[in-house]
Amino acid sequence: MTEPGAKTPSPVLLDVRNLQTQFTTSGAIVRAVDGVSWDVCPGETVALVGESGCGKSVSALSVMRLVSQPAGRIVGGQILFKGRDLLTLSDDEMRDVRGKEIAMIFQEPMTSLNPVLTIGRQLTEPAEIHLGMTPAQARDRAAELLSRVGIADPERRLRQYPHQFSGGMRQRMMIAMALVCDPALILADEPTTALDVTIQAQILELMKDLSRRFGVAMLMITHNLGVVARYADRVNVMYAGKIVERGTAREIYGNPRHPYTLGLLRSVPRLDEPRRAKLQPIPGQPPDLSRLPVGCSFAPRCSYVIERCREEAPELDVIETQHLASCWVAKTLGREVEPVVS
Amino acid sequence: MNPASPEQPEFLLEVRNLVKHFRVGGGLFGGPPGLIKAVDGVSFAIRRGETLGLVGESGCGKTTTGRCILQLEHATSGQVIFEGREITALSEVELRPVRRRMQVIFQDPYSSLNPRMTVGQMIAEPLVVHGIVPDRAGRAARVKQLLSHAGLLPAMAHRYPHELSGGQRQRVGVARALAMEPSLIICDEPVSALDVSIQAQIINLLEELQAEFGLTYLFVAHDLSVVRHISDRVAVMYLGKIVEITDRKSLYENPQHPYTRALLSAVPIPDPAVESQRERTVLGGEVPSPLNPPSGCVFHPRCPIAIDDCRQVIPELREISPEHRAACIRIGDAHP
Repeated sequence: MTEPGAKTPSPVLLDVRNLQTQFTTSGAIVRAVDGVSWDVCPGETVALVGESGCGKSVSALSVMRLVSQPAGRIVGGQILFKGRDLLTLSDDEMRDVRGKEIAMIFQEPMTSLNPVLTIGRQLTEPAEIHLGMTPAQARDRAAELLSRVGIADPERRLRQYPHQFSGGMRQRMMIAMALVCDPALILADEPTTALDVTIQAQILELMKDLSRRFGVAMLMITHNLGVVARYADRVNVMYAGKIVERGTAREIYGNPRHPYTLGLLRSVPRLDEPRRAKLQPIPGQPPDLSRLPVGCSFAPRCSYVIERCREEAPELDVIETQHLASCWVAKTLGREVEPVVS
Repeated sequence: MNPASPEQPEFLLEVRNLVKHFRVGGGLFGGPPGLIKAVDGVSFAIRRGETLGLVGESGCGKTTTGRCILQLEHATSGQVIFEGREITALSEVELRPVRRRMQVIFQDPYSSLNPRMTVGQMIAEPLVVHGIVPDRAGRAARVKQLLSHAGLLPAMAHRYPHELSGGQRQRVGVARALAMEPSLIICDEPVSALDVSIQAQIINLLEELQAEFGLTYLFVAHDLSVVRHISDRVAVMYLGKIVEITDRKSLYENPQHPYTRALLSAVPIPDPAVESQRERTVLGGEVPSPLNPPSGCVFHPRCPIAIDDCRQVIPELREISPEHRAACIRIGDAHP
């Protein structure tokens, strides 16, 4: 547990407020995360969905304060975890939070595991450092975690190296590492993107099961709309550094109120629906973050665009309880307004 | 689909009992010698103008199958009959005209383009090499035309790959494949590296080009939703073998092989209302090593309906109904 501090009595575990993270590249400023707010409640699974470059990974890295410096900088906002602003912590204090209270699972387990340390060592190290366990205790803990994530014969596996593990097993190992200190929150950045579909199903079921049994909250970062539909309680859709829509999973999928969300849902073929003659892609490409258009960033690709969109950027606005969207035509979207372009 | 003209055979491509084994190890540092059975007796045929989807998980041999067809790998045994001609025994010189007729689009548009060449140079290069358009002006015009087929502006010809987005790069890959006026294009995971909103653009492009030029596709992919959308027929591979092959409708509406069923069940549907109602079979275990495949049916260690016989009997790919073949001895048994 955390040291007693200025805790506010709030059901929210992680409360990100108006986060702004920028990168400076050859003179240009890229607003990778541009005033984004989202939260996660204890035991809940929240998704950050979007395409490459939308700022979803940078959001998670910002929470961990792992944005690569000096190119990247958190320039504004608050990251309240159990009521404490992580941005005000010293490096030492932050190190206590990282891995112990908030753990992270990365997309590519091969590059995030140390190839010259045994699996056992990589699991016992955090247990010894964060939990003050003796090597023997840490070893027992490591073996227990490996079997918890479904790796058979843990004693033998602990002596092996990452290259002796398959992709699916490495990702299980990453999850075991994340669980070492019983964190309250796991940030999972595309945890199954590199895996085959049957292994993806195994890993996601495992994560869901762990979060249910141990009450771990999960931030799931992904571009896969199917994965989100199956596992997330609430969804944040990101586009060009901003959250454009937020709601419960059912609301977002059943009643999307932002043209980007609608476009994403329409552009993927679905196995449960009759095959369509033609897919409906979103035209154009995601914008260059260092040269964003005036007004709404999605306007150049939007089929519902009106004049106001090109002049004034919409803010996240409440559509219904627990459902927000930033779009001038959100309330009428797909109802009265017909797409301008077919 | 193009109807086959009388003098042309019905099938543009026929693969008969294709086998590709790789020898591994045995060297100084290589560990014990072994044989990887990457492709182990694969047979299928593709009609002119048709798209055959080839699906399976990584390591199942789908990419190696494609490479053997392209003669980028030398098949251990078996035949590849393309446009009526057996091509596995042809010499490099004899293969050149054949290679023009079969092209490939790769998964990763970042690594399959030369970073030091402009888009225009890359598309023009095969036109020079094969002597298709010998004069410079003619080539420039052809490059423009190919770019526009692929949905790119003519100005793109002067750009370098790093100046393009992922979707644009894949369009360049498409333009380059079209340059040879092929009859067959092997699309090896052409959209899996692209963002969702861009995937649909490329899939639509591939479909438009197929209709316009009467192309035949072998569409290699692991995304079953995308494969269903684009394919006329689908083959499912597991550990070097085809376990089920049939037309799209039968495969998705009436899958027979337990592996196909598990794959379909593992695909999440982008709709929480549907997902919460769905029953799913999560397969245990992982794909075994092709270095040491299981006895009998290679799927038996993970199969939810395996019986003792499955450990011994190698199931034949047999006809379940017309045009629907599957390799499982339990099909027809009373099982759920």
